[in-house]
Amino acid sequence: MSAEFLQFLFSGVTLGATYALVGLGFSIIYNASHVINFAQGEFVMMGGMGTVFFLGLGLPMPVAILAAIALTTLFGFGLERFAIAPARGASVVTLIIITIGASIVMRGLVQVVWGKEFHAIPSFSGDEPIMIGGATILPQSLWVLGVTVLLVLALRYFFEKTIMGKAIIATSLNRDAALLMGINVRLVLFISFGLSAALGAAAGILVAPITLTNFEAGIMLGLKGFCAAILGGLGNGMGAVAGGMIVGIAEAMGAGYWISEYKDAVAFILILLVLFFKPSGLFGKTGTERV
Amino acid sequence: MNKLKSARTGGILVLMAIIAVLPLFLDNAFQFEIAILIFFNAIVCIGLNLLVGYGGQISLGHGAFVGLGAYGSAILTMQQEWDPLLSMVVAAAFTGGLCFIIARPILKLKGHYLAMATLGMGIIISIVINTEDQLTGGPDGMYVDGLSFMTDQIQWYWLIGGLLVFSVWASLNLIHSPIGRALRAVHGSEVAAEVVGVDTTQYKVLIFVVSGVFASVVGSLGVYYSNFVTPDIAGFFHSIELVVMVVFGGMASTFGAVIGAAILTILPQVLTFLHDFEHLVFGLILMLTMIFLPKGLVPTIADFFKKGDK
Amino acid sequence: MSLLKVENLSIEFGGVKAIDDLTFTIEPGTIHSIIGPNGAGKTTLFNLITGVYTPTSGTVLYDDEGVTGFKPFELAARGMSRTFQNLQIFFNMTAIENVMVGAHLHLNRGFFSSFFGLPTIKEGDRHCRETCLELLDFVGLRDYADTDTDSMPYGALKRLEIARALASKPKILLLDEPAAGLNPAESREIDEVIKKVAERGITVVLVEHDMKMVMEISDHILVLDYGRKLTEGTAQEVRNNPDVIAAYLGG
Repeated sequence: MSAEFLQFLFSGVTLGATYALVGLGFSIIYNASHVINFAQGEFVMMGGMGTVFFLGLGLPMPVAILAAIALTTLFGFGLERFAIAPARGASVVTLIIITIGASIVMRGLVQVVWGKEFHAIPSFSGDEPIMIGGATILPQSLWVLGVTVLLVLALRYFFEKTIMGKAIIATSLNRDAALLMGINVRLVLFISFGLSAALGAAAGILVAPITLTNFEAGIMLGLKGFCAAILGGLGNGMGAVAGGMIVGIAEAMGAGYWISEYKDAVAFILILLVLFFKPSGLFGKTGTERV
Repeated sequence: MNKLKSARTGGILVLMAIIAVLPLFLDNAFQFEIAILIFFNAIVCIGLNLLVGYGGQISLGHGAFVGLGAYGSAILTMQQEWDPLLSMVVAAAFTGGLCFIIARPILKLKGHYLAMATLGMGIIISIVINTEDQLTGGPDGMYVDGLSFMTDQIQWYWLIGGLLVFSVWASLNLIHSPIGRALRAVHGSEVAAEVVGVDTTQYKVLIFVVSGVFASVVGSLGVYYSNFVTPDIAGFFHSIELVVMVVFGGMASTFGAVIGAAILTILPQVLTFLHDFEHLVFGLILMLTMIFLPKGLVPTIADFFKKGDK
Repeated sequence: MSLLKVENLSIEFGGVKAIDDLTFTIEPGTIHSIIGPNGAGKTTLFNLITGVYTPTSGTVLYDDEGVTGFKPFELAARGMSRTFQNLQIFFNMTAIENVMVGAHLHLNRGFFSSFFGLPTIKEGDRHCRETCLELLDFVGLRDYADTDTDSMPYGALKRLEIARALASKPKILLLDEPAAGLNPAESREIDEVIKKVAERGITVVLVEHDMKMVMEISDHILVLDYGRKLTEGTAQEVRNNPDVIAAYLGG
């Protein structure tokens, strides 16, 4: 393996881990509510910007991070309670537009309160690159990867072993049946939005030291996370993680070996190609239409 | 039936009357500019509504088709020195052809997968426009000569206003024809449409092409009017803005598309006095409208009057 | 000569054979019923015949033409139409518009004449509306013509599907549980409609659980069980077949 390839791979998996977390956020909300949350990218942005703000208040890094995640989670709860819940029964397109409205509101709010400037968060453990096989990797990349793995494992545990996790899965499979079995579907939705927001915030905080952040930083991240979720098959959590990794690596390779100007297009070219051949994503269920 | 027909004719007459009288109340170039912008947006939305509202498909990439019309015209007139009208037709044919080619694989997809694919397609086109700067001028955009026979703004007002009336009329014709019913049937139940002989794929492709051509023509005329084009026209936000106009006004309502375009074109102008708070308030208004009027403005109002009848 | 010939038809879903090596024919001008316990594969068979599903193996011959793998709209153009067990109404349209979609194949569908609202289109629609009103009358729904379908009662929608299918001028009409969920009075109305359809010379294929109706109106009955043919014959023959009694009583 050449050093160059390794270098691209490192940056690919770092990007991929971020997209995976964003894609997971899409999947969780989709599973619980069948809504595609176009404000997912804004959760990511708010995590980064929130951390910048709390650091600015003089809080130590871990506290600032927790505060930013808590704040974003509140926005997730709020989105469900004040925008999605009242619109129950509206068509999918209407719900999409509501989340687009929410994304505009969140960007507007951050811009008004915290300004339009770009900000950096200091790396969690220095900026000294680590040499591996002739390529370098930033310590922050390791943080991104490590925390992503931990979060994915924690989520697996949550969905497979806890009552709340199982309730979310039951609701996604059959909302009416879940309701009849005494599952508090409203609570499931509420928790799902909060959880997605927290995940998004975590992703935003992890990458902020590498990419800088401002009020518009979530747009592309959100769209690529959406790519990851669709690529893996909507609602398939592990699929979203795999999708995120594929998108991230393809993007890094595309930028490295092809033309860097088209870096942002790679994810979308990839998703179109995949959808043309597998209309429900790589790991999505292909059901037979029942009539 | 006759009641329906008269409602259609009545709607067109009201629209014509508004367009005819409006200049009396517009007293500067900026206000005319906004009126013309509304007409442009409304025409794109009428085409998009055929696809989204009536056909039940979704497109989050329609800005790209406006962009293809705009840049097609710009490149052909400025770099190839073609006649503007010919350029417009060729750009529309190109856009229509592209729509035709991608429609089959794309419209096989459903729901969120279709949303993703159209969104991706739009973003790719917009990135190409941004990147191929030798052809397009890149992010800086490019200057375009206008139509030589259009000498002042008021002429543009009448031209685009007239085109809007034509678009509404043609859209209503189409909706109330066998093609339009087949299209709505695709929305209602694809399998039921198929078993009575509707080739659903054919109609989805047709309406994708038609809505793409509507967008392309508006893109071309738009650059001739403003003499300038930037990549924003093909961007994700423009695409979203167009869908939002359609849904805001009310899906499957031609007049809804026009009203949605009008309100959401005016609103940002009205909100500029809020300065930094503009986007925040715009987003809130959008959310509140969709939460409380989920079917959009016109269908909600129509339901209200229908209930009043009974 | 038979109108429809099904030979060795099979379809698998994830290894399970929903229809298993099924062979039968349908004669023109008859009422042909398909019965069997729940899950016997009746609706799946309809989906295979009408092109909604593609069979794993086997062939379907319609009017002496091999039509296996044809799309539903291609079969509709050859005179085959159907209704659905779970309503498939165009809820975004009025009752008459639903029926007018049924007449799709028999109308001028030129794009430019539609776009410019040419008189030929308007004239065609006027005529189409009249024939579709007659069809609504035929199934007893004339009063609902301009009603939005989302405010019509269930029983009326069942009949609306029949009117819509008839508008395509079928030679063969497949009815999937037209009386399901109806009360006895409504069932009798459907019964009458089916008889009148058959009197028009249209071949009717019927899937129905209402045994009284089936036994009364069918010329021929095919009994399915686990995707296979249990037996077939006249009502009298089927009624006395010990296998049928066993299958239905779970013996």
